[in-house]
Amino acid sequence: MENVGLFLCTGCEIGAAIKTDGLESLARECGAKSFVMHPFLCSEEGVATIRKAVDDGSVDSVLIAACSPRAKTAEFRFDPLKVSVERTGLREQVAWSHPHGEEDTQMLAEDLLRMGLVRIKKNILPKPLDETIEKTVLIVGGGMAGLSAAKAVAGMGHPVVLVESSARLGGSMAGVKDAAPERPPYGELHKNTIGELISAVQGDPSVRVLLQARTVHIAGQPGQFTVDVESPSGKETFQAGAIVQATGASPYDATKLGDLGYGLTPDVVTSVDLDRMIAKGEIRRPSDGKPPRRILFVQCAGSRDPAHLPYCSSECCVTTLRQVAAVHRDLPGMECAVVYRDMRTPGQMEHFYQAVQEQPGSMFTRGEVAKVEKGPEGNLVVRLKDSLLGPDAALQADLVVLAVGMIPNSADSEAIRALRDARVGAEKGDSDVQRAHAAKVAEELAFHEGTEILNLEYRQGPDLPVLRYKFSDSHYICFPYETRRTGIYAAGTVRAPMDAAQAAEDGWGAGLKAVQCISAATRGEAVHPRAGDISVADFSLQRCTQCKRCTEECPFGAINEDVKYTPQYNPMRCRRCGTCLGCCPERIINFPEYSIDAIGSMVKAIEVPDEVDEKPRVVAFLCENDALPALDEAAARRLSWNPWVRVIPVRCLGAVHVVWIADAMARGIDGVLLIGCRKGDDYQCHYMTGSELANKRMENIQETLTRLKLESNRVRILEISRNEFDRIPQIFADFEKTIEETGPNPMKGF
Amino acid sequence: MNVSSPRPLLVVGAGIAGITAALEAAEAGKEAVLVEREQAVGGRVLRSHQYFPKLCPPSCGMEINVRRLEKNPRIRALTGARVAKANRSADGWSVTIAVSPRFVNERCTVCGECAKVCPAKVPDPFNLGMNEVSAIRLPHPDAWPRRFVLDRSACPSGCKACVDACAYDAIDLNAAGREETIEASAVVLATGWSPYPIEKLPEFGGGRFQDVVANVNFERLASPSGPTGGKILRPSDGTPPKKIAFVQCAGSRDVNHLPYCSAVCCLASLKQATYVKEQIPDAEVTMYYIDRRAPGRNEDVLTKVAAMEGVKLVKGKVGKIEECAGGLKLRLEDVEAGRILEAFADLVVLATGMVSSLKGEKPPFEVGMDDDGFGLDNPGASLFIAGVARRPEDVAASVRDATGAAAKALMAVRRSA
Repeated sequence: MENVGLFLCTGCEIGAAIKTDGLESLARECGAKSFVMHPFLCSEEGVATIRKAVDDGSVDSVLIAACSPRAKTAEFRFDPLKVSVERTGLREQVAWSHPHGEEDTQMLAEDLLRMGLVRIKKNILPKPLDETIEKTVLIVGGGMAGLSAAKAVAGMGHPVVLVESSARLGGSMAGVKDAAPERPPYGELHKNTIGELISAVQGDPSVRVLLQARTVHIAGQPGQFTVDVESPSGKETFQAGAIVQATGASPYDATKLGDLGYGLTPDVVTSVDLDRMIAKGEIRRPSDGKPPRRILFVQCAGSRDPAHLPYCSSECCVTTLRQVAAVHRDLPGMECAVVYRDMRTPGQMEHFYQAVQEQPGSMFTRGEVAKVEKGPEGNLVVRLKDSLLGPDAALQADLVVLAVGMIPNSADSEAIRALRDARVGAEKGDSDVQRAHAAKVAEELAFHEGTEILNLEYRQGPDLPVLRYKFSDSHYICFPYETRRTGIYAAGTVRAPMDAAQAAEDGWGAGLKAVQCISAATRGEAVHPRAGDISVADFSLQRCTQCKRCTEECPFGAINEDVKYTPQYNPMRCRRCGTCLGCCPERIINFPEYSIDAIGSMVKAIEVPDEVDEKPRVVAFLCENDALPALDEAAARRLSWNPWVRVIPVRCLGAVHVVWIADAMARGIDGVLLIGCRKGDDYQCHYMTGSELANKRMENIQETLTRLKLESNRVRILEISRNEFDRIPQIFADFEKTIEETGPNPMKGF
Repeated sequence: MNVSSPRPLLVVGAGIAGITAALEAAEAGKEAVLVEREQAVGGRVLRSHQYFPKLCPPSCGMEINVRRLEKNPRIRALTGARVAKANRSADGWSVTIAVSPRFVNERCTVCGECAKVCPAKVPDPFNLGMNEVSAIRLPHPDAWPRRFVLDRSACPSGCKACVDACAYDAIDLNAAGREETIEASAVVLATGWSPYPIEKLPEFGGGRFQDVVANVNFERLASPSGPTGGKILRPSDGTPPKKIAFVQCAGSRDVNHLPYCSAVCCLASLKQATYVKEQIPDAEVTMYYIDRRAPGRNEDVLTKVAAMEGVKLVKGKVGKIEECAGGLKLRLEDVEAGRILEAFADLVVLATGMVSSLKGEKPPFEVGMDDDGFGLDNPGASLFIAGVARRPEDVAASVRDATGAAAKALMAVRRSA
């Protein structure tokens, strides 16, 4: 930006903490065109002075040196297309956290002002996207979740194409007679209304249903997906703006449950088999076609078991209750025994549990089934362990129902991609060793062959990445619909284990997310978590060396490659996290208001005292999502920390470039801290893998340090949670101690 | 999308469900008004130390949600606000909102000078009354709107110490409430829940024994922003407990109290056991349960905690708790062994359930409820229920539910447009 205005607030103790007399000349030296000091900048009068300078064109960019960028956001919001705004948190980082009037405090404030001023000069105004956006939503999967999503999307005024791989709609609920009571009366069975839902969707003129169909290719980005579908009526191509994947789950393979008697006799069946019998109105022993007298239900058949499915499938307890109630209705007087480890009937399902328990013929007993054996009279003997009925209790039954869990119908995108890469490597690898290794990998991953569902043309693989237990979940408690593919939302049992009612809700929610993504694309805005951001990345491709790091590391698969490995950026897939900027060795990726040069200039603007002054300097890159709020909170509580630390907020640790650290070292800064969100299985990183990638890059950083003949402990990466404000002073103190022990940076003064 | 009708969607309640419903609708291009009774958004979730299963702080997601709220031009949040009147209009609702005076205006910079001089102390509602705060204060550390509030009823007669201390002219002791009427196209009720009062459990000494605390209070004891700065201490003597008992289904799955299961208490206790073990590694933790309900991948939490040294999970129903020398004596039925047992603890956490807000003072909409006070959608009236006002459920389910409710509301809006 050309004309930077520095607006310095002296309220909230800032004026008392620092001497302001020399600041105007400091600002001018750093290129500020105007300097305004105000005792109460966030007041109407204060904001008016900024607005006037913006409106009369005397400034094109505004550095607000006042409170944290997280405070007073409404007051300090200006049209992002007209003026670039940056904030320097003098209040939190200086006035509230450091002793007033001291030399170190003054130096800190002056450094922060220099840093803010040089940064904003490097900003450019964003140019918003203006693209043609398709409103149609593609829904893959026509079960409860997919149908509900279709109803929601169509209801919100968007066309829908619903692609179902089987010959009929309804998914796993289609063959089921009853529904568990999701609304009152809770004590009894309800009618399964999937038929009405199917009719409503089929009868909706804005929904096109394609049966026995599959997506063979999906290219493009949110708002502009090109979808190829194959069905018995041929191949067709259409445009879609967003996608809901509701491909459901499959029952766990009961043939793996030999100990529970499956395969031993036909009279050991699964809950899916029993649902078929109930739907046909013929609850019979498969062996002799006679009605059973006693049915025994085995809960957690293969679930909550590390040898099979370690998780709980969430719905099997209620499914069994539904089936027991149906058996009592269809065959009064029949005995139904249920052997369970824990009955899981959360919420109002507890009423249903009580009601079914009270029905004559119901018996619920806590225990585990050790073995199911053939009994003497053609019946079955179910041997229990760890049961209330005694150490070696056994129960007789003439039909055993295994309440099997669910496995998501997902495709392991990353594995498929690894398989494809390995196949290429096996053929075109550089050496025999490499080709042999690739061939071995390909063999190990061969079972993923043909498991593709969406067939996305994404560098990072053809489907949604799967997470724990192969569910296409986000792992976010607060944001369950967020996936790692922008505009593609998972819903129903492919996302997490859930029952039919929950799957319906999930479909509604995912439908809204799809509509929302299209709405944001229409406005040229990013979606979660930087919803509303209108900036996009700029790739200076003439300097690209085709190293493929950005295409590999983007957490959202936003960047494809052409045949020469040149990155192809898809702005509407981009979440603006800056991970690509952080990984590019050629520094060719930049955002209008977050660039390598801008942040690097901040580092270079720090004044580094001579060694004799014994004032070490530390640069701390803080993630703006959790670490910076924790710092603000520490300041609000007037905690104090080492005044030699210079904080630079970043979008994510993934958006920290190694060159900034090298710059800091070259400048004689004694240490660099990177503080971000938790990584690993329970990640809290809002860009999923940013924090993880930053940790991996630390290896390169260590190399850089070694090359510069510097100690590796000068750079440290740490995790902090949003609520751990109390750790902030200690983190800085500990690091300062390390730096003191290590001694001053030998590059000082060069 | 043809939902850009000028009449907004009205969302009542700004806990995690309400915030989500309003944000998801607004980010889909719809105008939304979010009405919150308290003086800051966030509701119950911000009073939790961590969420299960990831053991992460609620303020982490709320940080993003607040940023979304601040940035979105289509959403308006009214705090300290209640629905005073609601009438069906031709194709929506005409709703009168009563906004109570905050006595602190937008000029507040949260500098805190007023609190320093305030002579009046009140029980801190954010910390469930476990400590005292100034009558003038930030509602809680993560409060949004980020502005102080004054509990005027606590002011000593004639006192204006805060007004004199405020350099920004942000305090108006004579501020008046106001009313505004909103013509809403549809309504989402996300009014949440309250904890089942432990005073209703005299057999457990609820409300009488200091060292018998509710799970919601235990969350505050573990939170760095709580009354003990995050240290788990016995309320009676301020010492770290050594033997902690979690009593599951305290007043839940019980026809005399709450007949339903509150769906979160098993995981809440498992999560709280991790707080204890992290702070007091040699503490003995026992959890007395009827069923261990950890659906989905929450099973991992159960597996992890059950394997921790010093943690025991006992299938048993606690019948009575008495004070005894140096602690508390629990009488329980050990269901496995079929006998009555006694156990000792020096701190007991009652895993109490969730009571639907609609059971108490409910907003004036014609809302259908089940026998337990959980709300039922009324699509014909463009009235939808989200979160725990609809059904006992955890945070992720509330978010899913609220997103779905927003979708239903937008669909109803379009149908009526």
